[in-house]
Amino acid sequence: MAERWINAGLLAGLGLVALWAWAAGAPFTVTLATKVAILALAAAGLNLALGIGGLVSLGHAVFFGIGGYAMGVLASHAQAYDPIFTRPFVFEGTKSMPFIWLAAIAVGALAAWVIGRISLRTSGVYFIMITLAFGQMFYYLAISWPAYGGEDGLSIYVRNGFPGLDTLDPIQFFGICFAILLIVLWCMARIAASPFGLALNAARQAPTRVMASGIDPDRLRLWAFVVSGAVTGLAGALYADLNRFVSPTMFSWQVSGELIVLIILGGVGRLCGPVAGAALFVVLEQWLGGLSEYWQVFLGLLLLAVVLAGRGGIVGLLARVPSRG
Amino acid sequence: MALLIEQVLNGVQSGVMLFLMAAGLTLIFGVMGLINLAHGSLYMVGAFAAAAVASATGSFLLALVAALAAAAAAGALVEVLVIRRLYARDHLDQVLATFALILIFSEGVRWIFGSFPLFLDIPAALSGPVMLGPITYSKYRLALIGIGLVVALGLFWLTQRTRIGVQIRAGEADREMIAALGVDIGRLYTFVFALGAALAGLAGALVGAIQSVQVGMGEPVLILAFVVIVIGGIGSIKGALVGALLVGLTDTLGGVALPAALSLVMDLSAAQATGAALAQVGIYVLMAAILFWRPRGLYGHG
Repeated sequence: MAERWINAGLLAGLGLVALWAWAAGAPFTVTLATKVAILALAAAGLNLALGIGGLVSLGHAVFFGIGGYAMGVLASHAQAYDPIFTRPFVFEGTKSMPFIWLAAIAVGALAAWVIGRISLRTSGVYFIMITLAFGQMFYYLAISWPAYGGEDGLSIYVRNGFPGLDTLDPIQFFGICFAILLIVLWCMARIAASPFGLALNAARQAPTRVMASGIDPDRLRLWAFVVSGAVTGLAGALYADLNRFVSPTMFSWQVSGELIVLIILGGVGRLCGPVAGAALFVVLEQWLGGLSEYWQVFLGLLLLAVVLAGRGGIVGLLARVPSRG
Repeated sequence: MALLIEQVLNGVQSGVMLFLMAAGLTLIFGVMGLINLAHGSLYMVGAFAAAAVASATGSFLLALVAALAAAAAAGALVEVLVIRRLYARDHLDQVLATFALILIFSEGVRWIFGSFPLFLDIPAALSGPVMLGPITYSKYRLALIGIGLVVALGLFWLTQRTRIGVQIRAGEADREMIAALGVDIGRLYTFVFALGAALAGLAGALVGAIQSVQVGMGEPVLILAFVVIVIGGIGSIKGALVGALLVGLTDTLGGVALPAALSLVMDLSAAQATGAALAQVGIYVLMAAILFWRPRGLYGHG
């Protein structure tokens, strides 16, 4: 089966499940579909750095959490009618989603630039450990920040608004998240096919040849990391809005691990790998979680089987062509 | 002054315990080229084995033996079943497979022992304080420093002075060559992995007596141990020792100095919480600074 048909089927399937659940009066299923879309978005961000760029970041929870806190900080100030700062100019919080998204993208990109500048000085296993360490650093920073809830996190009473829509209606909020996912996936497809994407892919496979062509692989990797952080930051803001809650656990290293797991389950470096992986993860969490409190044992065994048996993931299995990874 | 000496000793104590974790990780990475996220799970296995045996027999010494044996056995088993298949794979596969092992170990232990923390008592012979010149210090913590240093000396002796140490160092340098010279590389790898696991299990049991024994106790230590070997240079036992002491001292001294400094600008309880968390951040700042200056760590090569 051609990969583009699988992609179309996966995305149509996600949309149809949500619509069907909405029509059948099952708002919880709509919320689960929303969670799939948001996790897929977060993993799609990581997929650019990891799948195409070959940067095994075990610290992407940083960007997910930063996006979440961007939403939390802006919305909590807005709901308390308390400006974030007043000098040198008055900066108010906001409850408007588009502004929150812009903020999440900006801080995600900025954090990725700073972390990327330091981490990309190293490679291989050092890179993995350093990104992991940065994740922990932000985790402890979030805990140590009493103004925004410290270890307990921040709650938002009402979900943030989007002009013309009722975001508290599950299907409308799903629509927003799903539309963002589609736009980002389209951008990712364009990036992968662009000169930048092709060079990035080449920099993973044959860095010496890329350098010989006069391109600096580290610059490509830094930009990939920045875009990746921005997208994952946006997903973090949506995730915090879904739960109307943000806490330091969004920064925890387990989140970073799970984002990689989503990509692997779905298929590394494949456009809709994150969607397939996120869907499988949420289904397993619900199904196995219903069977046993210790469902993660089975998730671990499944993951081990996928890794040991080969890395095509679901999309690779369906497409029956060797993984690009 | 007495407080400062006591805090330095605490820093050294947490440093040598980190060293036990980091030494195994760095050996496993140096010899087999494997990044093992499940090392923290072996720490936890050691602590649970010790707590279970201590509550059944009442003997701390037996508990330590059980911790070493259980962690070494778990390590050898995991190496033969899973890890062996990962040596030729890239780091991404290693990260994922060992992340899967963490899930299996953590939830498996929760399944067997439940979610409540277990407690491991300090043996009577080592409880209470000891006079060290002008200060009194916990006898048990002093014993931990002693054990850590003895293990460090033992590891240097093992890697520098014995036949197996020669094989380990040769394996780091050129694995095809030592296989061609007739060393059974599969057995050597299993041995190194089990040795690293036993050290992690020992650390888990020893630290478990000061903190509580619970699921998830291994991962924060694992991440600190990663920081240690990144600072020290991957594959270097000397680097692991220096890095562990640096991290232990930064954590402990920062944990005292920062709340004290912050209490000047905020109220005491907030300063305590914020300062302790910021001390953790200090460790990562230290790591970033060292890497910026030496991307391969203090004693790394290549």
